[in-house]
Amino acid sequence: MTNSDSGRGSSRDLLHSDRTFDFSGPKQLWQGFGQDFKELTRRDRQFSFMIRAKDLELDVSHGPILYLDGLNVSFDGFKAINELNLYIDAGELRCVIGPNGAGKTTMMDIITGKTRPDSGSAFFGQKIDLLKLTEPEIAEVGIGRKFQKPTVFEHHSLFENLELAMAADKRVFPTLLARLTGKERDRIDEVLGIIGLRELARREAGTLSHGQKQWLEIGMLLMQDPHLLLVDEPVAGMTHQEMERTAELLTSLAGKHTVVVVEHDMDFVRSIAKRVTVLHQGSVLAEGSMDEVQNDPRVVEVYLGE
Amino acid sequence: MGLLQPLKGDTGGQIMLAVLALIAILVPILNLLVPEGNPLHVSTFTVTLLGKYLTYALLAVAVDLVWGYLGILSLGHGAFFALGGYAMGMYLMRQIGDRGVYGDPLLPDFMVFLDWQQLPWFWQGFDQFWYAALMILLVPGLLAFVFGWLAFRSRVTGVYLSIITQALTYALMLAFFRNEMGFGGNNGLTDFKDLLGFDLQADGTRIGLFLASALALALGYWACRWVVTSKLGRVAVAVRDAESRVRFIGYRVDRVKLAIWTFSAVLAGVAGALYVPQVGIINPGEFSPLNSIELVVWVAIGGRATLYGAVIGAVLVNYGKTVFTGAFPEAWLFVLGGLFVLVTVFLPAGIAGLLKTLRRRRAQPETIQREATT
Ligand SMILES: Nc1ncnc2c1ncn2[C@@H]1O[C@H](COP(=O)(O)OP(=O)(O)OP(=O)(O)O)[C@@H](O)[C@H]1O
Ligand SMILES: [Mg+2]
Repeated sequence: MTNSDSGRGSSRDLLHSDRTFDFSGPKQLWQGFGQDFKELTRRDRQFSFMIRAKDLELDVSHGPILYLDGLNVSFDGFKAINELNLYIDAGELRCVIGPNGAGKTTMMDIITGKTRPDSGSAFFGQKIDLLKLTEPEIAEVGIGRKFQKPTVFEHHSLFENLELAMAADKRVFPTLLARLTGKERDRIDEVLGIIGLRELARREAGTLSHGQKQWLEIGMLLMQDPHLLLVDEPVAGMTHQEMERTAELLTSLAGKHTVVVVEHDMDFVRSIAKRVTVLHQGSVLAEGSMDEVQNDPRVVEVYLGE
Repeated sequence: MGLLQPLKGDTGGQIMLAVLALIAILVPILNLLVPEGNPLHVSTFTVTLLGKYLTYALLAVAVDLVWGYLGILSLGHGAFFALGGYAMGMYLMRQIGDRGVYGDPLLPDFMVFLDWQQLPWFWQGFDQFWYAALMILLVPGLLAFVFGWLAFRSRVTGVYLSIITQALTYALMLAFFRNEMGFGGNNGLTDFKDLLGFDLQADGTRIGLFLASALALALGYWACRWVVTSKLGRVAVAVRDAESRVRFIGYRVDRVKLAIWTFSAVLAGVAGALYVPQVGIINPGEFSPLNSIELVVWVAIGGRATLYGAVIGAVLVNYGKTVFTGAFPEAWLFVLGGLFVLVTVFLPAGIAGLLKTLRRRRAQPETIQREATT
């Protein structure tokens, strides 16, 4: 069919190509087709239903790994996010602070696909449009999230928690037939080491202390080999010692990963942050080093005025 | 070795299967070889009763798979059981041939009675056992697949899901009650004569059906263990405990649910297909919402999320039912309800949970004592 003239003609229409074909030989003809199809698939990158998320590649050649532009979200008329612009560089460790209800958790909900914004754009690297991907697809392209309330799988051991979180083929039948390889065991063991819970590998996660659950959650994030980690209030309810260990853990992750931390505890933020972003009423109020931000009169007003 | 892998660490299941094997060997001997006057003789009536319990046990295992391990409280599994039963019933009806009351070589009695001239299209093929066997798997499986696809994709969970499963079985019951549906209306399908050429009234056939039920239970149990000990089984438990967390990790929760849910429905269908030739009838009453609720109670009493607990619960409760309905038929529902309340309050992990605690206490009495005193 494609070898007949009519076939050729209709294919050209289909591709909307204004290229004139050189009919001198079949070889050139096929090359022409090849290029056209390449173009077709590239243009189609915008339509997420045509491609699998893991085939998307992260492009951070221009610096930032996360671009949030002009985002707006309202719940029943209440503007939780208001013209929010935020850029995070690859490898950065960024703290986001702000009073209760500032929209920090909602911002993470948008990035991870849980909440859809009313308007605005959210890009991961240069090319990946987060607003066109589903929650699991966003996890697949390399964004991991730790929730405000730690949720680990209480009836699974620590080892199993990490096993489930591991980057793998997560479709039903491959999961049914999956067997742990030696390499995967080593990786789980390594992460257990990073979060300092190696001795408890066989314990049921439900029996862990609050702080230990938070670390396990971070470990589960690491198992997915994410490029970007979103960490919501990691030290809430932790003892001072646990807080110090968490600070060490998060700083050790920056560089290899990009880490965005939402936190209320100022001492903790000071101990880890290079750059701090202050959110207020759904948009960025100030950005800079901890000292700059703390001396910004608007920030002082927001924090002390309430 | 690989075949025994799913049973590793499942002491309760190993004991249950050993008992099942023992019964499967002893009962035929005591029925066929021990003469009737002997006190050790097992009557054919008892054989059939036991066979019926085993099909209930398989049904309970199917329910426990989705409820215990996936967190879906199905109040409609009776529907899949009944559909499997109807598929078998249709085969048995066609086996009657011209031996029915009206002697029509093709049409079952109830169709002749309704003055139907020809066999409806969906009755075609049921004269072949292989076709009926295929339908026994396919019809409950397909219904579960379509239902699950719609429900899980739109993220219906919890009580709402339970209610629509209940509505599903209720709707099917009403439909099957109608004569025009072509399944025998409220009389259902009955007066079966033989199965694969074997007389259904013969002792040998009864023993055969009993053994088939035992085998189906053993295989079904093994298959469920295989699923729950796989990584998919661990994902299922994670879905039960923290569904949205699983979604964030990147699993397609709807697909995980759909696969296990459909498999469970197929098991329920097989159980129904083995049940019908043993009790000799299938009617729309099997779709009754109460049936589906009752079998959830079996699982709760036996102990959720253990699989063997479901077997214990199904057999014990139904034995109790047999004894009780003989003595005080009206009281049974109250007894069952009371039992359910008692177990929920005092034995939240069911009989299986009680057995586990007892075993642990025997194994390490000092530690328990220490725990108790502190
Ligand atoms: N699903 C929702 N429906 C309605 N309102 C919501 C919803 N989610 C968030 N909000 C509102 O949006 C605002 C921002 O909430 P968000 O949880 O993002 O704040 P936050 O900065 O994380 O606060 P906190 O420091 O208390 O965690 C709050 O006023 C909250 O009540
Ligand atoms: Mg929050």
